[in-house]
Amino acid sequence: MMRLPSWLSQHLAALRALLVFTVLLGLAYPLAMVAIAKLPGLNDNAAGSLVNGVDGKQVGSRIIGQAFTDADGDPVPKYFQSRPSAAGDGYDPMSTAASNLGPESIEDTLPVPGAVDEEGNPDEGTQSLLTQVCTRSKAVGELEGVDGTRPYCTDDGVGAVLRVYHRDGLTGPVTRAVSVNQACPATPFAATYEGVTVECGKPGEDYSQGVLTPIRGDAPDDPAVPADAVTASASGLDPHISIGYAKLQAPRVARERATDVATITRLIEEHTTGRALGFMGEPGVNVLDLNIALDLQFPARG
Amino acid sequence: MSTTAAGVIFILSLIAALAVAYRFLGDYLYRVVSGTAHSRVERGLYRVVGVNPAGEQTWGVYARSVLAFSAVSILFLYAVMRLQAHWFNTPKMTGVTDHIAWNTAVSFVTNTNWQAYSGESTMTHLTQMAGLAVQNFVSAGVGIAVAVALVRGFARSRTGQLGNFWVDLIRITLRILLPIAVLGAIVLIIGGVVQNLSGGTDVTTLAGGTQHLTGGPVASQEVIKDLGTNGGGFYNVNSAHPFENPTTWTNWFEIFLLLCIPFALPRVFGRMVGDNRQGYAIVAIMAILAVASVALTNGFEIAHHGTVPQAVGAAMEGKDVRFGIPNSATFAASTTLTSTGSVDSFHDSYTALGGMMPIINMMLGEVAPGGVGSGLYGMLILAVITVFVAGLMVGRTPEYLGKKIGAREVKFASLYFLTTPALVLIGTAAAMATSNHTTALNVGPHGFSEVLYAFTSAANNNGSAFAGITVNTPWWDTALGLAMLLGRFVPMVFVLGLAGALARQKPVPESAGTLPTHRPLFVGMVVGVVVILIALTFLPALALGPLAEGL
Repeated sequence: MMRLPSWLSQHLAALRALLVFTVLLGLAYPLAMVAIAKLPGLNDNAAGSLVNGVDGKQVGSRIIGQAFTDADGDPVPKYFQSRPSAAGDGYDPMSTAASNLGPESIEDTLPVPGAVDEEGNPDEGTQSLLTQVCTRSKAVGELEGVDGTRPYCTDDGVGAVLRVYHRDGLTGPVTRAVSVNQACPATPFAATYEGVTVECGKPGEDYSQGVLTPIRGDAPDDPAVPADAVTASASGLDPHISIGYAKLQAPRVARERATDVATITRLIEEHTTGRALGFMGEPGVNVLDLNIALDLQFPARG
Repeated sequence: MSTTAAGVIFILSLIAALAVAYRFLGDYLYRVVSGTAHSRVERGLYRVVGVNPAGEQTWGVYARSVLAFSAVSILFLYAVMRLQAHWFNTPKMTGVTDHIAWNTAVSFVTNTNWQAYSGESTMTHLTQMAGLAVQNFVSAGVGIAVAVALVRGFARSRTGQLGNFWVDLIRITLRILLPIAVLGAIVLIIGGVVQNLSGGTDVTTLAGGTQHLTGGPVASQEVIKDLGTNGGGFYNVNSAHPFENPTTWTNWFEIFLLLCIPFALPRVFGRMVGDNRQGYAIVAIMAILAVASVALTNGFEIAHHGTVPQAVGAAMEGKDVRFGIPNSATFAASTTLTSTGSVDSFHDSYTALGGMMPIINMMLGEVAPGGVGSGLYGMLILAVITVFVAGLMVGRTPEYLGKKIGAREVKFASLYFLTTPALVLIGTAAAMATSNHTTALNVGPHGFSEVLYAFTSAANNNGSAFAGITVNTPWWDTALGLAMLLGRFVPMVFVLGLAGALARQKPVPESAGTLPTHRPLFVGMVVGVVVILIALTFLPALALGPLAEGL
């Protein structure tokens, strides 16, 4: 038999090794783990921790968050609400995602009325992370009947951000100030900035020559609406909310369920997962579990 | 308990567990890579592959075996992805687009696991299992094998032989990675990670909407993704997905998995060169850098500077409630201190300085403790450079572990060090000079950070991302694929070249002029050299991105 050149025999050895590894590590190992996962005690987890609703039908997974909103995307008031989600249209396990917007994402692109994109859809602009946070905070505040204001937010629920023009570019006296996230004819959150009248933002106008200046305002450092209620999670499927956000929602849910806040608070405590071993992670309230328990114990009126 | 206190205990408990792993896992790894008895299964595998277990290889043959195995792996994985619609197509997918398949094949073979795709909507279960997860094992095995070959170069003298790549790869995979993976997968399933072959379950949610709950052999892949410092998630959101990382303690466990082998390998080094103190010195260097980085990342995230974090009241964007802010920060630092790149929170939304830490960790060359194998050989290269710098200062021929660091050795070490910074900076410059940086989601300095992060991650084979940037374009897939390929195999060849050069030498006896390499002085010097070299190389680039944004 002819001896193969060494480079070829080396690649053939590599191919044989890869095929062996594929059979062993790519088929035998994961399939064996699937088999082990069928054992009692593991099978429920391995199948996805599916849970049933009051009527016995599967309504989701205990460890995957879901939206408790109606067809229009508005919160269903009898349910505790989950966090904002960037997964698809919200809590879509087929397109999991975080927002990926950075800490200085503070300037919106205002939609230009009447403009359309390449596909003919109306221009919706893009919201900065700051405006998303402000909008959510305002909405949650209104839903729960608390103060929804936050630092760096306007009263109408967008980021309080100015483009400030100086006489000499970056320095010198202020010559012009524009509240870039408040589309005209909105009333700017501040009437004047360093003696100059603040303008509202004109969609489509280029303000990039101004210096981007977020304005803190006088909202309290510790807003009534908790942090997790105004931020999108990492997974887009976060099954938990903070204890603070759950307690904020308790009065509304109690009202909808015709029971008292103390009872609802006790139910929240029952569905709170603490830190493992007392120090791992943060406590969280499992929203789906809690809402199923509500449906069982306090069927909503109507 | 306060959040900060719990976060500190979380870090301390990891350190304690890793100290145990250093001793016991390290000793076990040593026995595996230095043993000469082969099991029946291993002998069978050697026969199939056609290798004589007693036959050792020179550095050139060892390197060519690594390259041949990796080349075949890339082609095979590319084919698996392109043709996935033709076999066991669950859940139903089409073949992967050519440029994404190229990028992904390179990505998994180079232990990078950069993901230009979204798992749940691109890959079938079979592709994940028999394609991607196989590379999770063997690319980790390749890294450890090359590190062991370098250590043999230090430990041996007057020989050309560095061991046999095929024997090393098979033993490391069968005796280390597979058993831990089996146990770890069971632990993860107990925590709630899914492990099934289902195409998914459709449910009507409580509020009357619909949700498609995905399935898949996740646990078996999740464990090796972390253990092998790979990082490619089964799903798009990686270890943030509750099906990959359901609880507060699975989060701890996954961080432990991704750190345990890299931190145990210096023990193997110490034992192979016959002086455990050398191992302690190397692990001390790694630990100092790692603890500093973890502490800073935690500090920056807890302090939550920046407009949006201040408006929110916490750096909570892109983090899940169960992990909270400190443990997410610890995960982020750990995944970039190693070459893992799995994430449980999204670095793009971190505070400017908190998000800079993962970039710096990768820029360090991922040596504290680094990827499986690649961390140890990267750190040993830096130790060689430090010995050389010290030798220059006192005017003596530098030596390390009885081996002279001459012209040939220093050339290999310097070329190793220069490769990845060159790839990072040239790649970033190319993206900025062309219009390709405009796929960044964020604008201004943060957009630049996304580009810099992408090339830093690819060239250092990390795989995590400032994920706002869109990288599934042909230009990005090609450029990052090249960065990953060159960033993995060019340094590997230099490492093996260095190993060959060291193994040939006869040992020089220790003299009064020898710099002891097991003392705190040496540990401090290596830390200093690492920090200064990295700062000189990357500070200008960092100043344009995260520093501009954060200061």
